[in-house]
Amino acid sequence: MTGRNKWISLGVLALLIALLPLFFPSGYYYRVGALIFVNALSVVGLVILIGYAGQISLGHAGFAGIGAYACALAPEHLGLHPALALVLGAVVSGVMAALIGKPILRLKGYYLAVATLGFGILVSMVLTNERGLTGGPDGMNVADLGLRSLLRDMGWRLSGGEFWYMVCGVVLLVGAWLALNLFDSPSGRAMRALHGSEVAAATVGVDVPRQKLRAFVISAVYASVAGSLLALQNGYITPDVAGFMHSVEMVTMAVLGGVGSVLGATFGAAILTLLPQVLTVFAEYEQLVLGLVMVLVMIFLPQGLLPSIARRLKGRDE
Amino acid sequence: MSKTTTALATFAALGVLAGAAQAEIRLGVSVSATGPAAFLGDPEAKTIEMLVEQLNEEGGINGEEIALTLYDDGGDPNKARTFATRLVEDDEVVAIIGGSTTGTTMSILSVAEDEGIPFISLAGAISIIDPVREYVFKTPHTDRMACEKIFTDMQAQGITKIGMISGTDGFGASMQAQCKEVAGEHGIEILADETYGPQDADMTPQLTRIRNTGGVQAVLNPGFGQGPAIVTRNVAQLGFEIPLYQSHGVASDAFIELAGAEAAEGLRLPGTALLIADKLAEDDAQYEVVTTYTEAYKARYDQEVSTFGGYAHDAFALIVDAITRAGDSEDPQAIRDALEATDGLVGTTGTYSFSPEDHLGLDLSAFRMLEIKDGDWLPVE
Amino acid sequence: MDALLQFLFSGLTVGAVYALVALGFTIIYNASDVVNFAQGEFVMLGGMITVFAFEAGLPLPLAAVVAILITSAIGVALNKLAIEPARGAPVVSLIIITIGASIVIRGATQLVFDKQLHRFPSFSGDDPIHVLGATILPQSLWVIGGALAVFVGLWIFFTLTLTGKAVLATANNRVAAQLVGINTGWVMTLSFGLSAAIGAFAGVLVTPITLVGYDVGVALALKGFAAAMLGGMGNPKGALVGGLLLGCFEALTAGYLSSQYKEAVAFIVILGVLFVMPQGLFGSKSTERV
Repeated sequence: MTGRNKWISLGVLALLIALLPLFFPSGYYYRVGALIFVNALSVVGLVILIGYAGQISLGHAGFAGIGAYACALAPEHLGLHPALALVLGAVVSGVMAALIGKPILRLKGYYLAVATLGFGILVSMVLTNERGLTGGPDGMNVADLGLRSLLRDMGWRLSGGEFWYMVCGVVLLVGAWLALNLFDSPSGRAMRALHGSEVAAATVGVDVPRQKLRAFVISAVYASVAGSLLALQNGYITPDVAGFMHSVEMVTMAVLGGVGSVLGATFGAAILTLLPQVLTVFAEYEQLVLGLVMVLVMIFLPQGLLPSIARRLKGRDE
Repeated sequence: MSKTTTALATFAALGVLAGAAQAEIRLGVSVSATGPAAFLGDPEAKTIEMLVEQLNEEGGINGEEIALTLYDDGGDPNKARTFATRLVEDDEVVAIIGGSTTGTTMSILSVAEDEGIPFISLAGAISIIDPVREYVFKTPHTDRMACEKIFTDMQAQGITKIGMISGTDGFGASMQAQCKEVAGEHGIEILADETYGPQDADMTPQLTRIRNTGGVQAVLNPGFGQGPAIVTRNVAQLGFEIPLYQSHGVASDAFIELAGAEAAEGLRLPGTALLIADKLAEDDAQYEVVTTYTEAYKARYDQEVSTFGGYAHDAFALIVDAITRAGDSEDPQAIRDALEATDGLVGTTGTYSFSPEDHLGLDLSAFRMLEIKDGDWLPVE
Repeated sequence: MDALLQFLFSGLTVGAVYALVALGFTIIYNASDVVNFAQGEFVMLGGMITVFAFEAGLPLPLAAVVAILITSAIGVALNKLAIEPARGAPVVSLIIITIGASIVIRGATQLVFDKQLHRFPSFSGDDPIHVLGATILPQSLWVIGGALAVFVGLWIFFTLTLTGKAVLATANNRVAAQLVGINTGWVMTLSFGLSAAIGAFAGVLVTPITLVGYDVGVALALKGFAAAMLGGMGNPKGALVGGLLLGCFEALTAGYLSSQYKEAVAFIVILGVLFVMPQGLFGSKSTERV
């Protein structure tokens, strides 16, 4: 990917975020948009882990859980401002990823999958069981960010939906920009080299464990920030955010859109966020259709939706 | 998503296209019809769909039919919040019923409060209505009331020391906490406090711990789903000679079948009139509403009613009653005010009277202590 | 002492269920390198179909056979419709395909049957058997016996029969297997059918103990997966030992430490084992090909 491509990707993303609201018939669409951006953010993180470095994780919802509960707990117990709590959550997630990543990333394929899965389940178990602190399975309230009322005092009135649409959109842009920069950096190239073959990468001097760990930590921070934004936006959080199905959902979004690219990740997040909303038409057939879509896309568009479509547009489809 | 898709979605969800020319009352529902809380949400969704059809066939409220928009939030609070936003902003409903679990309820609740839409929750936690929120009501008893009812019965039996085994799902964990809080007030000491996961297959290790705790006079099991049925079987397997108390979470005829009549013999729990519909005296205040609902549900779905479907039944009855009295089906504020003025509405769960200080409106008398005898529920009072 | 025995009885019963799921994982993994996350749904289908066939008036053994046959056919269909067309896809894609398939199976089951919990009678009654102060249900013996029987059957199949060796050969090197005349497509069909049948068999055995509903498969798949990885993927001995160990860890933790964190302890043990033995307890070392 060249530098020009990077700015095209960012430009497309920025235009979409800015222009879509012109077509929104009601406030509900802002909510869906904000959700897409939050999901896309954690999926961009997974693009770095899965797409760049070729590692898998079935436990990233655990980091989303850490980020979310940092925003719920830190303001209440440490008196931190929610925005700082988001940063704290990201730091804790990063440190945690660094600690467990070291031994875990020696594992490969399904063994890595089960190890990350175990980590995610441990986090969600702590959140569920430590009722005195986290409110248990019923969840807990999250303090307001306070930024919206600040803007209101400055004379800028925004509905909750509009406000979170903007915040999440901006954070996604920043996240995408960082990820695209990483892609072309020496570290990004090293990650992509080890994706091809670890042995080959090692022989040309790539510090394989170090690059894997770096990708793991970065993706954990992305997931954590996304979890924080979700918590702040909803004002209420339950351990579901750290659940196994959420991890699967994140990975599916990444692969569905096309795990190699940031734009593909956003596309995947959009599809899988919108799908349940559209599928309400099918009422009790919803689950069936959702599963079918997952299977069919993976079979017929193994590169993910966006790369496959792009290839078709360029007429290079065999 | 295009506007047509949404329009299509709404129409399909309505299922009622006939009489579209008439004015409609837009009612929104978000329950957990699938997912881990489907045990609650499935009968709730079925009940409301059935009742809306019935009401529209009878001509609706003051000549206006109900247009129902029902979403399945799968027990996920994040989805529930999105659907609540959609109900309010896009479907423009005048009232919301739903929130099968406490988590989903809390998500819907903040949307309802922000937008000024009356919302009747179907979840148990006391925190939903305490402190009282302007637009939020609920139909199920609180977990605390269930604990109090059980402890009162234990006191009458001379039981003072008990062991608890609770599910780690929202229902079990919340009731576990509430019971521990009110136990002291009833002179009950909890000597053993065990838990199990909602999908666990065997609870004999936890029960063995309880049995080996000296002085335990009874076992209490807050939970719903398969857990309590397995606990009941395990208690029988281990040959406990002390009484077992279950919660209102298992109050359905299906439970006796799952646990086995033999294992469940002598078990006690606080239930609603719904479970003993066939044994109610004809002059019982709830006789008519309970038998009508039970028979209609059974005829329509060929399934036994459960307490949870009953909560949805009562929520719908409360909304219908409020809209009828409000006389204005367009104004959420008027419906909320009418709802708060509800006085003596007889439901399957109990008799509801709301006030500005009380948005639950049930008292302990709504619970009936039941015992399983020869494979059937028997009121013990 | 009687408490310890009780915990072990519980652990072995639950562990035998995990082992049966893990054995199902093993067969498919051996034939195709795919970890089939829909394995738990086979267990669910075995239970559900038996329940409804039984309620429709079939005698229980016949209902069980019907359930196992139908589930087996669904397993074959899964291979033909979803796995074969995606041959060569990366691990993540295969995980998503099988998870997607499990969502489809759950969604279809709730439509065809219902969302209620069900049960059918135990095979030999519910009178507990007393052993040194502890008790065990006859149905538990059925489950444990079933797991052992399946294990022995598979061991004979893989080591003594030509077909079984063909499966192993396919797992080792697909192209080489084709070159020596093994019909690898048929091996795949056989593996999926067999694996689904074992899953359904597990469902038939455990339903009287654990009850069955349309959504019991996910938890079983996760535990079975964990058990298979603990033992070492692809090895029937590993699946059996992994399953039984996992069950006993959980039961002993619940009995002696904390029932809230019994799953946590199980996963910590798995992580610990994988750190020391990255291929699981009985897994074979594999080298990465460049």
